[in-house]
Amino acid sequence: MKIAIPVNEKNENTAVCPSFGRTYFFMIHDTENGQTSFYDNAANTTAGGAGIKASQSLVNQGVDTVITPRMGNNALDVLNAANIKLLKTIEGTAMQNIKALIAGELVSL
Amino acid sequence: MKQLLILSGKGGTGKTTVAGSFISLGKLKAFADCDVDAPNLHLIIKPISKPLQTDYYGLGRAVIDPEMCVGCGNCYDKCKFDAISKDKDVYKINDFGCEGCGVCEIVCPVGAIKMIDEKAGDMYLYKENDFNFSTAELKMGSGTTGKLVAKVKQQLDNSVDNNEIAIIDGSPGIGCPVIASLSGANTVLIVAEPSVSGISDMDRIIRASAKFGVKICVCVNKYDNSIENTDKIMQYCENNKLTFVGKIPYDITAMNAINEQKDLMQINCPSANAIKDIYKKVISVLVN
Amino acid sequence: MNNNKGKKIAVLSGKGGTGKTLVSVNLAALCPNSTYIDCDVEEPNGHLFFRPEILKEKIITQTRPQIDDNKCNGCKKCVEFCRFNALAYIKKVMVFDDICHSCDGCALVCPQKAITMINEEVGKVHFGKSLDTYVKSGFLKVGKISGSPIISNLLKNIDESNYTFIDCPPGSACAVMESIKDADYCILVSEPTIFGACNLEMVHKLVNVFHKKFGVILNKYTGTNNPSLNYCLKNNIEIIGKIPYSNEIAKLSSVGKIIVRTNSSAKKSFEDILEKVLKKVTK
Repeated sequence: MKIAIPVNEKNENTAVCPSFGRTYFFMIHDTENGQTSFYDNAANTTAGGAGIKASQSLVNQGVDTVITPRMGNNALDVLNAANIKLLKTIEGTAMQNIKALIAGELVSL
Repeated sequence: MKQLLILSGKGGTGKTTVAGSFISLGKLKAFADCDVDAPNLHLIIKPISKPLQTDYYGLGRAVIDPEMCVGCGNCYDKCKFDAISKDKDVYKINDFGCEGCGVCEIVCPVGAIKMIDEKAGDMYLYKENDFNFSTAELKMGSGTTGKLVAKVKQQLDNSVDNNEIAIIDGSPGIGCPVIASLSGANTVLIVAEPSVSGISDMDRIIRASAKFGVKICVCVNKYDNSIENTDKIMQYCENNKLTFVGKIPYDITAMNAINEQKDLMQINCPSANAIKDIYKKVISVLVN
Repeated sequence: MNNNKGKKIAVLSGKGGTGKTLVSVNLAALCPNSTYIDCDVEEPNGHLFFRPEILKEKIITQTRPQIDDNKCNGCKKCVEFCRFNALAYIKKVMVFDDICHSCDGCALVCPQKAITMINEEVGKVHFGKSLDTYVKSGFLKVGKISGSPIISNLLKNIDESNYTFIDCPPGSACAVMESIKDADYCILVSEPTIFGACNLEMVHKLVNVFHKKFGVILNKYTGTNNPSLNYCLKNNIEIIGKIPYSNEIAKLSSVGKIIVRTNSSAKKSFEDILEKVLKKVTK
């Protein structure tokens, strides 16, 4: 799985960002090689359609799973069209959420 | 943060007065003024510190290089926003009106038009001992109000804890800035006015809010101006399964208190007492 | 011979709820054969008072892209061009109407000519009559983000043979500027609160930037401490009228009555204001 989660800082133990479209960074975790990386969310500075732009860039990177506290309708449409799995975050850091996902503990958004 | 957004549809119903009262009652530490067109919350909060100021850039605007321009008029023909003026064969981008879409840049055959970043406003974040207050002022003539609203909320979000209750003072209307403020809101409190205008406007803002799946509460301000219209509003709430949270009487004490910049919640008067009851009900909707 | 007619008077305030509609509706009703235009297309109210007989309705449209998936080759030039992020590409182009700004740029950049711009309703304009007043109202469709095209349409083809009163939206941004752009005179309506004075300052700046002749009406006037009055005095701003705070005005307005069409003594305030304003615009 290639999992994306919106975060406040470039650090596994950081808090999850409450906003999907306007998060500063996304943390990407690849379960195949166990690697974690971060990238800047260009949609953060955009005028409208931040959720759409953020979703499009995740799709372009081959992400297949997204964990987020919530998401707007337009972003949902984009990720659903791309058949990306959408799950709701729980209390805890970004890495704790990834672990919970792998353990099958998260529910659908 | 858990966002409680205060809207009204109609202007002047008392959003900012209610927002200020809630902040005082709950000793709340996080709040934002998203009425970036006509901000007022700072007049109640009276921050004393110097705020963190950030330049706000909208979408940018187009600029025509007069040396390179060949007067073909392509940009003028294609601009959907009437933002280009023509004087014989001299073309200029108007100060107001450019939406930053970039069409003129691509239709210019000689590359005489460039999109440039332009400061469109100022964002302010007041961080004081007992609170974080995010607000902004849009530079006159700038569009992209929605983006600024989103950034004002984000600025607050980034400086408070996840579970903090945040009061968002909204703007009148149902357009772009209101829609931007609705995105991410947990609960909306509509402050309605018991008049035909007020009811018509309330209906429109409720319909606009409903598309966002937020919890909606309604209260009536100056309810004794028309008991009949107040009843209509209560009936509307019942018919549409909205939570009616109370009614505030017209109270000259309130207006005087605001004008003297006194905390209304420290005064024992009918409007203050009504607001206290409404606060309890709204917070219980917000946290459940 | 008579160059007095055809003047456009815009009524604005910055802060909402100060009495723009009260003033513009009542002045238009008093002034024979005039036109009232409601440019507050997000929350229009004038028609609730005039209850005009509708003579004409016009649907206002905006363009939005329609994609021909057969012609589309997935180059994504449209997605990259759109500065509003109204397009995405997931196996095919997705269009997000609610944020599309109708610039038509995507249709221009598509190398395959796979995009056609089609018209979609963004709102409507009603043209009607209430006694001798022509009433033009604009209504933004709920869910749409911007009423600019509706305001544009409302201000087209204004009857140049009589006075026009323009009821502006609250605030001081684009919609308001659009509404006052061609006005001959601006009435700034203020209320006696610090909020009102703060926002009065904003529209004061606005009318100066647009070099408009203007005057202030002090609404809900009580004669006591009035931050808006203080602002006017401090800045040498002409006060063209005072409407006293009155329970009668509040109650009549709350049920949609036009004050000057009743027997209310408050009628006099509006008569005085109209006389003053007409003198100002014909100077």
